[in-house]
Amino acid sequence: MHQYLFLIPALPLAGFLLLSLGGRHLSRKIIAWIGVGSVSAAAIFTIILGLQFLQAPPPEGSYTQTLWQWMSTENFSCAINLRVDALSLVFLFIITFVGALIHIYSSAFMRHDRDYARFFASMNLFVCAMLLLVLADNLVLMYLGWEGVGLCSYLLIGFWYETPANCHAANKAFYVTRIGDTAMAIGLFLLFKELGTLNIPEILQQAPQHFTAASPNITLIALLLLAGGMGKSAQLPLQTWLPDAMAGPSPVSALIHAATMVTAGVYLIARMHVVFQLSPVAMDVTAIVGALTLFIAGCSALVQTDIKRILAYSTISQIGYMFLALGVGAWSAAIFHFFTHAFFKALLFLAAGAIIESLHHEHDIFKMGGLRKKMPLVFWTFLAGAAALAALPLISAGFFSKDQILWYAWSAGNGSPMLWFVALAGAFITAFYTTRLMIVVFWGEMKTHIGEYPGRAMTIPLVILAILSVIAGFIEWPHNMVHLTLFSDLVQKVLPATMLQDDLPEEIVFQIIAAATALFGVYTGYVFYQGNKALIEEWKQSSALMQIRNFLFKGWAFDQLYDALFVRPFKFLTRINKSDLFDKLYNGIALVSRRLNQLFSISQNGSLRWYIVGVLIGIIFILTLQLML
Amino acid sequence: MSFYNSQAVLIVAAILFVLGLIGVLTRKNIIFILISIEVMLNAAGLAFVAAGSRWGQPDGQVMFLFILAMAASEVSVGLALVMQTYHQHKTLDAEKLRALRD
Repeated sequence: MHQYLFLIPALPLAGFLLLSLGGRHLSRKIIAWIGVGSVSAAAIFTIILGLQFLQAPPPEGSYTQTLWQWMSTENFSCAINLRVDALSLVFLFIITFVGALIHIYSSAFMRHDRDYARFFASMNLFVCAMLLLVLADNLVLMYLGWEGVGLCSYLLIGFWYETPANCHAANKAFYVTRIGDTAMAIGLFLLFKELGTLNIPEILQQAPQHFTAASPNITLIALLLLAGGMGKSAQLPLQTWLPDAMAGPSPVSALIHAATMVTAGVYLIARMHVVFQLSPVAMDVTAIVGALTLFIAGCSALVQTDIKRILAYSTISQIGYMFLALGVGAWSAAIFHFFTHAFFKALLFLAAGAIIESLHHEHDIFKMGGLRKKMPLVFWTFLAGAAALAALPLISAGFFSKDQILWYAWSAGNGSPMLWFVALAGAFITAFYTTRLMIVVFWGEMKTHIGEYPGRAMTIPLVILAILSVIAGFIEWPHNMVHLTLFSDLVQKVLPATMLQDDLPEEIVFQIIAAATALFGVYTGYVFYQGNKALIEEWKQSSALMQIRNFLFKGWAFDQLYDALFVRPFKFLTRINKSDLFDKLYNGIALVSRRLNQLFSISQNGSLRWYIVGVLIGIIFILTLQLML
Repeated sequence: MSFYNSQAVLIVAAILFVLGLIGVLTRKNIIFILISIEVMLNAAGLAFVAAGSRWGQPDGQVMFLFILAMAASEVSVGLALVMQTYHQHKTLDAEKLRALRD
């Protein structure tokens, strides 16, 4: 079976080529069949491959397929090699399976759009690039996929390009992630300089021998790779692009900005785990970045009014949990949270898209309300996703993964009570804003008339994702409950097991605290938005509280900060450099020739006799010259 | 063997040429400008013939035949243009026909 591995990225690529070259001449039905079919076929191949992988694990732990040599020089060669191990298999499954569901949903969601073929072409190209990213066996090919997903993200954020704000958001996403990508490229160069190879298995094998632990070089490399991951995964301080990226269509937000692309940073760090383990500083930085991000983004999500921006901030916050887990050394917990997060966050975005479309493109949650009775299916599926996001104990997938991270944030080798406390605060905030979102959107009275109810192509993916959001957590239970660790057993074939500290309190204490925090967050949300509504109105009177609220609403004013720190000084520099010496020189040449042109054009006055005089003077001049010389 | 002084003939040719030139420069009517050009051509032709006679060579007369043929074709094209110009602009004043300016 694994000799057909190349088909998994090749099918979406073929879909992209067909749709981009011939999309104009195809009917909508055929476009949808090509766009959805290519990704669905890739998903089926992935599932068959995954089953085979699980039943009969290959002895070396991975399937490899060499397609062709890409480039080869004296001391560097790079091949297009596809490689599946347990880690990439998890990503492969999420990308193709969730991707296929989102494609099915989009075929209905985008049905009125003029550029139906362009949408599916970009989506297919994205899936192909993302698959290349996780299948690559060397970092050069991975970087190709890395930039490919960035490009598709740009294309799809700016999909409705006629609105200037959308183009601005697309540009912003492109610039900000480019900062991380540049850092990552420098990291790759350094890695190549040190080890002489960019092949991932070789790096993982050679790095411990080549570098002494905590040497400055490996720390620098790890930090540069981390910066790449921070750009792509919207972590502090490069998180500002993701909320604006919600300008794209909802399925794009679900696929790219929730389930897959933004977790590429998590994949990169997990893939390079040996490099990170050699550098305690980089591990600490990863954990701190994750903890800060999850808290800051969570606070911003508390006060947003746009349904998609709430979800965007919560995505940043949940990826913060993954970074925290990676930083404390809980590798499998991070990947497990990625796994459950992909289901419930894709579900939430798709359900939000269905609501937005039904309410005539209304994004403001305070203009929604009362949808529980009117759109029961969306309500129940949204509830499943929200429960997972809020990590309701035992009945949601999010609980199992988040509880694991909370436990390891304290207990893992790199963990500390401080990190645990921030993560716990984040869990409370998450439960609070999730409840706020649910109550404001689904309870209360109707404020906007419902136009069109979502069709079956939209509801079936919602139902499947909702079921997965509830049950996906059951494959991995905490150690002290049911001893079932299917997921970590699989992932730990690639990633190291999590080391625990000594002298820890009982795990059950942490679980009870985590569960209680989530429930308390839900209860607080209920009190504020349903039980005692007057409290919020009272707070709105206080100007100090409103200032804090506005500060959080603007995402801790990071945009304003960067504007003052980078954008304005840069614009100032360009302005003062606009007329420097060289510009003056070239402008001078242009000016002189323009003046000469004006001067000579006087002589072209249309008078025949003037021309004759001109000819005559010329002849006399030449004759005189002839006679004199 | 010549019956005339070739130098005198050249002077006559030069006078004719200058007369033609003055005509070209001073006249406003295109037809008169064309006639003046003919005068200048004939002055050149006369100079050729005189020079050929001075050196006893046939080349001068051959050149005059060429000039004659050239002048005939030039006049036919020129007069056709003059006709068209007059049809379109109802004038033959070179000072008023200034459409080809910058």
